[in-house]
Amino acid sequence: MCLGVPGRILEIDGSNAVVDFWGVRRRVSLDVVDEPVAAGDHVLVHVGFAIRRIAPEDLAETLAFFEAMTAEDLEGLRK
Amino acid sequence: MNAKLEFRDVSRGRALQARLDRAMARANRDVTVMHVCGSHEQAIARYGLRARFPANLHVKMGPGCPVCVTDAPEIDACVALAERGLRILTYGDMVRVPGRAKSLEDARAAGARVEVIYAATQAAELAAATNEPVIFFATGFETTAVPTAAVLLRDPPLNLFVLSAHKWVPAAMEVVASSPDSRIEGYLAAGHAATITGCGIFEPFVEKHRRPVVVAGFEPLDILSGLVVLVEQILEGKAEVANAFPRCVTREGNRRALDALFRVFEMGDGEWRGIARVPLGDLRLRPEFAAHDATVRFAAELAAAPAVEPRADAAECRCGAIMTGQLQPTDCRHFGKGCRPDAPIGACMVSTEGACRIWYEHGSPS
Ligand code: SF4
Repeated sequence: MCLGVPGRILEIDGSNAVVDFWGVRRRVSLDVVDEPVAAGDHVLVHVGFAIRRIAPEDLAETLAFFEAMTAEDLEGLRK
Repeated sequence: MNAKLEFRDVSRGRALQARLDRAMARANRDVTVMHVCGSHEQAIARYGLRARFPANLHVKMGPGCPVCVTDAPEIDACVALAERGLRILTYGDMVRVPGRAKSLEDARAAGARVEVIYAATQAAELAAATNEPVIFFATGFETTAVPTAAVLLRDPPLNLFVLSAHKWVPAAMEVVASSPDSRIEGYLAAGHAATITGCGIFEPFVEKHRRPVVVAGFEPLDILSGLVVLVEQILEGKAEVANAFPRCVTREGNRRALDALFRVFEMGDGEWRGIARVPLGDLRLRPEFAAHDATVRFAAELAAAPAVEPRADAAECRCGAIMTGQLQPTDCRHFGKGCRPDAPIGACMVSTEGACRIWYEHGSPS
């Protein structure tokens, strides 16, 4: 019940969107999403509601965070 | 870019693990932390992380399974309305959870109308397609309470009634941290709930209890990196809120969602199943939404519900002690014997986010 699933917006119709979740399409409400969204955006969806637009730079930020966390250990593994 | 794969990258996982191992080896003492999220336990079990944690790091499960903390009398109330012939809609996991005596599934087997929905919007759609009253038994934390609120704010059909069992997670963390025998030195908070509340919500908690809170996501790397940040804070004697899920969580959270939540709900003291009476832990409909409040509309039916005779073995269920980090599923004598997913005694064996069910299905870590 508590699972949030990221998906990509295919099209928007008023306050609803069709979202692609790795091949499965669902109608999702945009009533409480945190910022304006457009087709092509990634959103985090909870029980039929988008609750966050995942900006591309946020994805990058997370990867950079892992990078920073693991840099020294990866160095260690390469030696 | 396939983000999902990158978040499971094996070499990075090993590197994080090595860092955790080193920190715990340097610490040379036991450290106990708690996660407050059923999805964290699922990921820990699915990727076999627990068996690989350093031996002196104890990661306890907290009250993070929304199905498990829905109180038995709340289920009894819904069963009573179902047995009156009223039409009930709820999320799938709730149907099989036993109340004090019966589950909604038991009521359905005896002819009651209980239907599973996947999205809160379905409740409004199904109500709009009929004239009879439709009751949405709405359960879960912030993440599902916001959708319920959004449905009620969008001009719902007059025959839609909400029976709210929604709960507010930060209130339960307060109860765990305040228990005098708590050995928990830090908390891993749920990334999805914090997407809504923001990680700033934990600042007063950290201030008061001097324990760090790290918000983490649900991929193996999310959890490992969250644990690294948490353990390093503990060992350095720091207590801060840290955000290890920056791709979704901000300090302020989703203001629009929080605004919807608090326009519809107010906090009240409430019982969390097997755990405690949690001050301000329940989300109740505000009086402005009384016209859609099942406890108001069906007050007479609820008051007239026959007294429930609790089943005998339910008293031996240890879900409460498991969800407050005092016991683990294998400490319960019914685990895997009298209590199994196909024949559950307690809620923790029903829900896919329940500790007993997760340990039963993935095997308990040795
Ligand atoms: S095994 Fe069953 S009875 Fe025992 S604590 Fe878990 S859910 Fe309760």
